[in-house]
Amino acid sequence: MAVAVRLSAVSKKFGSFTANNNISLSVEEGTIHAIVGENGAGKSTLTKMIYGMHLPTSGELSIKEKAVRFTSPREAIKAGIGMVHQHFMLVPELSVVENIILGHEKSGLFRPLPLESAKALIRKEAEAYGLVVDPDAPVASLSIGEQQRVEILKLLFRHAEIMIFDEPTAVLTPSEIDRLFITLRALRDTGKSIILITHKLDEVLAVADTVSVMRKGEIVGTMPGSSVTKEELAHMMVGRSVLLSVSNPAATPGEIVLAINNFSYRTTRGEWKVQNLSLNVRGGEIYGIAGVEGNGQSELLQTLWGLAPEGTIISGTATLKGESIIGKRPGDIALMGISCIPEDRLRHAVITEYTVSENLLFGRHRERSFHRGIGFNNPAIKRYAEEMIADYDIRCSSPESQSLASLSGGNQQKVVLAREMNRPGITLLILAQPTRGVDIGAIETIHNKIIEARRTGIAILLVSSELDEIIALSTRIACIYKGSIRHEFSQEEVELKREAGHKFQKEIGLHIT
Amino acid sequence: MHAKQLRFLIPLLSLLSTLAVSSLIMALANRDPVMIFGKMIHATFGSSYGTGQMVFRMTTLLLVGLAAAIPFQMRLFNIGAEGQLLMGSFTAAMIGAMLPPTMPPFLAILLCSLAAMAAGAFWALLAGSLKVQFGVNEVIATIMLNFIAQGITGYLLTYHFALPSTVHTAPIATAAAIPTFDKVTGWFANAPANLSAFLAIGLALLLWIMLFQSRFGYEMRAAGSQPDAARYGGINAGVQTLTAMGIGGAAAGLGAANIVLGYKHYYEAGMSDGIGFTGIAVALLAGAHPLWIILSALFFGFLEYGGLTVNTWIPKDIFMIIESMTIILVISFTALGKRFS
Ligand SMILES: Nc1ncnc2c1ncn2[C@@H]1O[C@H](COP(=O)(O)OP(=O)(O)OP(=O)(O)O)[C@@H](O)[C@H]1O
Ligand SMILES: [Mg+2]
Repeated sequence: MAVAVRLSAVSKKFGSFTANNNISLSVEEGTIHAIVGENGAGKSTLTKMIYGMHLPTSGELSIKEKAVRFTSPREAIKAGIGMVHQHFMLVPELSVVENIILGHEKSGLFRPLPLESAKALIRKEAEAYGLVVDPDAPVASLSIGEQQRVEILKLLFRHAEIMIFDEPTAVLTPSEIDRLFITLRALRDTGKSIILITHKLDEVLAVADTVSVMRKGEIVGTMPGSSVTKEELAHMMVGRSVLLSVSNPAATPGEIVLAINNFSYRTTRGEWKVQNLSLNVRGGEIYGIAGVEGNGQSELLQTLWGLAPEGTIISGTATLKGESIIGKRPGDIALMGISCIPEDRLRHAVITEYTVSENLLFGRHRERSFHRGIGFNNPAIKRYAEEMIADYDIRCSSPESQSLASLSGGNQQKVVLAREMNRPGITLLILAQPTRGVDIGAIETIHNKIIEARRTGIAILLVSSELDEIIALSTRIACIYKGSIRHEFSQEEVELKREAGHKFQKEIGLHIT
Repeated sequence: MHAKQLRFLIPLLSLLSTLAVSSLIMALANRDPVMIFGKMIHATFGSSYGTGQMVFRMTTLLLVGLAAAIPFQMRLFNIGAEGQLLMGSFTAAMIGAMLPPTMPPFLAILLCSLAAMAAGAFWALLAGSLKVQFGVNEVIATIMLNFIAQGITGYLLTYHFALPSTVHTAPIATAAAIPTFDKVTGWFANAPANLSAFLAIGLALLLWIMLFQSRFGYEMRAAGSQPDAARYGGINAGVQTLTAMGIGGAAAGLGAANIVLGYKHYYEAGMSDGIGFTGIAVALLAGAHPLWIILSALFFGFLEYGGLTVNTWIPKDIFMIIESMTIILVISFTALGKRFS
């Protein structure tokens, strides 16, 4: 079979740090080739070299057996390579079809845009690959899954033959993931070559023809997707066996810490995102909210952290041990003893150009123990940072000088987790998608830490679109749908049904769709 | 390439290419660039009077450079240093003229400088609060405020405070005058360079500490870099915007210490001569870094005064071209640098 992408002894160094070491790999035409590995193993770096975003330090890259040397993505695109980034590169104000032809308007300056032909293409591809999306809808109105379809259509419009997906499923709902896989298989069957990076091993086994495992910048194995098990893959990735499910000893919840009553949220555009939602979370329990993204979770979390935009209409109450949270500012809410890990951490919870240490401090920089004079107590911060880095296995070479932006995606996530889980004196911990983007080894660590935090009596509100995670961790589970809680499973029910795993997932699934 | 290396490389590249292009322009004008630059260096670094002239210009440039740089850390463009400097200068001259002659010099200088800073800060805060309250673009607001400042000072001078048949105000009390280096140390023979140069350098150091060593600067830079994240982190971006603008305006206002208290000893029509705008170039060349601005201001001081001395060979307009070209080159190289890092 022909080889679509071949890397021969490719290395990539950042300064003195080797992110990819002597990698040789071939991606065969018409296959789905998955790449798995720990956070920081070098997966994104590898694909960025293929896509022309990084130039290899040494070694050779060839596309369809022709040696190439891309100095920019533009050249890679010309060579038939396309990439779907985790953060979509779409213009929200433009329509779907306008986004698709953007940068590729094959018309003169004063001739009309070829909108009709692009629409015809969208219709055709929609049928062939299941990429259904309204060509005239503005991108801002699309769901995440639909936006991703637009990204794929963009690649098809540019006649990409080799398509790279870097963690495409991290932000998708289970049903959207199924649809994406149907699309990927259809693309493969028409001869496209697909490189897929993901941390979800089930997905790899479900869809990949070939799997390569990376560790510490090297490929440690490549095998057919049908010949491995999840446990084997996990072991190869982290070099030890990983407990794929956390032990969750029975909880003994205490007093009510967070009480939300009849909470409603209306946006400035007049949409009711949350309606009459009531729940309470007790100390020493994990209250899981299961639901498809966009059913009011974001708005609830926003309000609890004082970030609801001006002009939103909020009614009902939310109190922490009797003291109202609504209307307070984030800084004051933190002082009440609340810690919050937001969903979109790169946008909300870090300053990407600050160093790793500075980010471990961000939002907690008002804590006295970090102060000295008008500035910071650098030795104390250094000690704290070292502790967090070791505790959460954050892979970085020099925390005091390395910017957060230079960390791998999963390690950036770990910085926020480490910081927020360790705020001193908290009574409520709000976790949104806490393990998004982190590898299975890290999931194990983080899940254990969440359970540990619960055992110290902290109340935990967990919002996640991963049903696995909700079931594994929660003491009680609420199913949110269209801004209200549609069903709540009691502690007894959850403990009973947790063993049933898959069946329980299905049952929850019924309440959230 | 690394961000650290780029930091040095970009201004250097911009400088070198500015020199190259300006040499070309001079050559096109049938002048020998080596001769011209040689004369400029001789007339500035080579003479104690010339060095004093350069230091004098550097002082104001440094202050208006800081006026652009501090807001720039918050991604705000303060184009209003000129107006802030005018307001500061007029205020300093007014207060200075009202002081009793028996006042101790230290107090008089302090009072006039603080008044100038307050006036500059007030003028910048107008733009700042328009931004925070109503989302008015600060570029437009500061440009308009420049015109308004010109109008106000011009009107007050012409109709109320100008001494008969002159275009300047009454002189300030001698106690409020900042002595020249010549008088105190004997340096820079007769040049207008005065001790306010230390004020300017001191302020640059202070602002460097504020920005990069203090918690306050940590918050300010965070709010400039990612406003959404800053809000989540409990930082009030509105307050940060006001402070950055206020500090910038105060720096520009302090320019009065150099040109009014240190040099003219009164307010005169047109005395700022558009130097506030050059401040933007000074800040950009230094990457808005308070310490690099000292060097950048010195470089522009060299161009400004050096340009004057070779006036007979090459018109001053050429130096305007050089200065503006430096800005464009810095911006272009910075953008290019981003692409390669
Ligand atoms: N621009 C950069 N400068 C310095 N180091 C970098 C840079 N980009 C990546 N690295 C380092 O290279 C290593 C590999 O990063 P990469 O993003 O490829 O990891 P990854 O396998 O995609 O991990 P994740 O699963 O967390 O996304 C990391 O240790 C990272 O810190
Ligand atoms: Mg990655």
